[in-house]
Amino acid sequence: MTAGTAIRDRAAQPSPRRRASRDRGRPVLSRFPVPWRLAGYAAVLGMGLLYLLPFVLQLVTGFKTDPDAAAHPLALLPTTPTTAAYQRLLGLSQAAEGVPFLRWLGNSALVAVLVTAGRVLFDSMAGYALARLRFRGRSVLFGFVLAVMAVPGVALLIPKFLVLNTVGLFDTYTGMVLPLLVDAAGIFIMKQFFESVPREVEEAARVDGAGVFRIFWSVVLPMARPALITLTILSFQGSWNEFTHFLVSTQSGQYETLTTGLARLVSGGLGGGTQYPLKLAAALLATVPVAALFFCFQRYFVSGANAGAVKE
Amino acid sequence: MPIRTMRASGIPRTTGSPGAPDSAHGETGTPVKARARRAGLRGEGTWGWLFVSPMVLILGLFMVLPILMALWVSLLHWDGQSNPFSGQADFVGLDNYRALLTQDGLDRTLFATSLRNNAYYVLLTVPLQTLLALGLALIVNQKLLRVRGALRTTFFFPSVTSSIAVSTVFLFLFQGSGSVNSMLSWIGIKGPNWFADPRGVLSLILGGLGIVDPERPTGMLADHSTLGLSWFEWLSGPSVAMCTLILLAVWTTSGTFMLIFLAALQDIPRELKESAAMEGVNRRQMLWHVTLPALRPVLFLVLTLGLISTWQVFDQVYVMGQGAPGNTTLTPAFLSYSAGFDDADFGQGSAIAFILLALILILTAFQRWALAERGARTGSNR
Repeated sequence: MTAGTAIRDRAAQPSPRRRASRDRGRPVLSRFPVPWRLAGYAAVLGMGLLYLLPFVLQLVTGFKTDPDAAAHPLALLPTTPTTAAYQRLLGLSQAAEGVPFLRWLGNSALVAVLVTAGRVLFDSMAGYALARLRFRGRSVLFGFVLAVMAVPGVALLIPKFLVLNTVGLFDTYTGMVLPLLVDAAGIFIMKQFFESVPREVEEAARVDGAGVFRIFWSVVLPMARPALITLTILSFQGSWNEFTHFLVSTQSGQYETLTTGLARLVSGGLGGGTQYPLKLAAALLATVPVAALFFCFQRYFVSGANAGAVKE
Repeated sequence: MPIRTMRASGIPRTTGSPGAPDSAHGETGTPVKARARRAGLRGEGTWGWLFVSPMVLILGLFMVLPILMALWVSLLHWDGQSNPFSGQADFVGLDNYRALLTQDGLDRTLFATSLRNNAYYVLLTVPLQTLLALGLALIVNQKLLRVRGALRTTFFFPSVTSSIAVSTVFLFLFQGSGSVNSMLSWIGIKGPNWFADPRGVLSLILGGLGIVDPERPTGMLADHSTLGLSWFEWLSGPSVAMCTLILLAVWTTSGTFMLIFLAALQDIPRELKESAAMEGVNRRQMLWHVTLPALRPVLFLVLTLGLISTWQVFDQVYVMGQGAPGNTTLTPAFLSYSAGFDDADFGQGSAIAFILLALILILTAFQRWALAERGARTGSNR
């Protein structure tokens, strides 16, 4: 930002008048003078580094020894490279005490897959019904969805625990997965999408004698591919990164996910020393699946950010 | 959730679901609709309810029911052991709320402290992340920048990672002898011991200027108190430790908001800019009189989204200190959690959760109302 505005502030020279270019790609105003452009590039590069450097340091520190990480926190190369942290996490050497990383990974994967499958199915069913099917109470239900979207998750920590505890689902996989199977923001995205599908498509199928479920399943749903991909990615990302719900729905170590396990490891100070290489390696591995999805399907993340829930 | 959807979410309210709940919005003309209705499928209502039943069940069971149960529990003195609905727990009426808001005591002091901390967090995070996001969007929108795609990816990436994982990284970066302090030492600054420093930033600045003595505040600031917290404590600013949380929030959320700004920037009609260029405006005038006015609705959206989400900060607090040092990173969300799960005072925890819920719902209602108003006013040309 510094670059952009500073440059704009100084470049007070009126740009030479010129005819509007037919070429849509060309900028409206003339280019910045060269020195300003160079300064701008430098500043932009600095900004980019500010966003990248934490991840680079995280990656590098994972290959350092504990004393090395403590003594040279900024060094971009380990003095004595070691994969000890990764070996301990993956159980190849003597496992880190209290860090059953593979169990966390398995739990996270299981929960994320189940939640994603549930959300894709249930959100699109509900979204379709709210967009297209005529039934009593539809507008009330949509109002309900909008209201639920406004309820902040962190205000429901104790309330959710109360319900899970009362119905006997506390500290079970069911209790971890079931409450996440439907999300209001996903329903909203799907409803928006289904409203944009031309009605003629459904009318034609109807004339051919297809029933409601058939129209939904074999006509409308295949058309919803982009929305479904967005929903799948958002659901996976959301459930993989979910923390608070697992924090209040479980207490035993066997149900720990990457987020709850890592949080306990980092905040509780398990074992001796700071163990930063181990913690940062665990955090890095926990980031990899979502990062891989992000680099492959970035445009769906972008449309998600522009169409769905903003999760902090 | 940005412009398009928020605008759309306003539409059902303004263009009137009440009158014609079952009419299709939009393009369908009356004759077509009538024909569709005649040809309507038998059992459509049943199918409709069948389709929404998972949603109704799950949201009802895990959103509505919890709120009702917690409302009841917030009126009890309950330690989490017995069944709260069997009458074994003491019914204490509004005592939990009274202890938080009107009665002198530790509960109120802690709650006031958490409100103060979060207020400073909001006050700094929201403007900073909005400005940064706007700046990043303006940079990434530069047509001539060769690397815009890569930059967009870089700025957006922190937003998609897990809050726990990035908090771990920040804990490492901001340790006493960590990367940030090493960097600061290059330019001759001795960085603070970030996570262990409970001193308020404002009081440090004022102390540095010699206006107040942070060690021994005197006069009006020390003598008056509100909600059990002295004025000095209210006004001492976010602690150094809280500042790391603010930096983390700004760093992780600016990417998402950048995308929202970017979408809006690309929606500005090119003709508008071209005609302004024909008038001979310079860059600064273009920014102030063409670009920024066009971004006004989105600016409002981003500010309110930030306002709503910053009152919910929890994950970072859990990982980066759990309220320490000296309760200066305590937030209402975390206080509610720890009252219940650490101190086994679920009644108190629920009461805090309800006050927080009310605050956030009021902010959200204001946002939606304002967006709907705007949508109704500009609806004709959209």
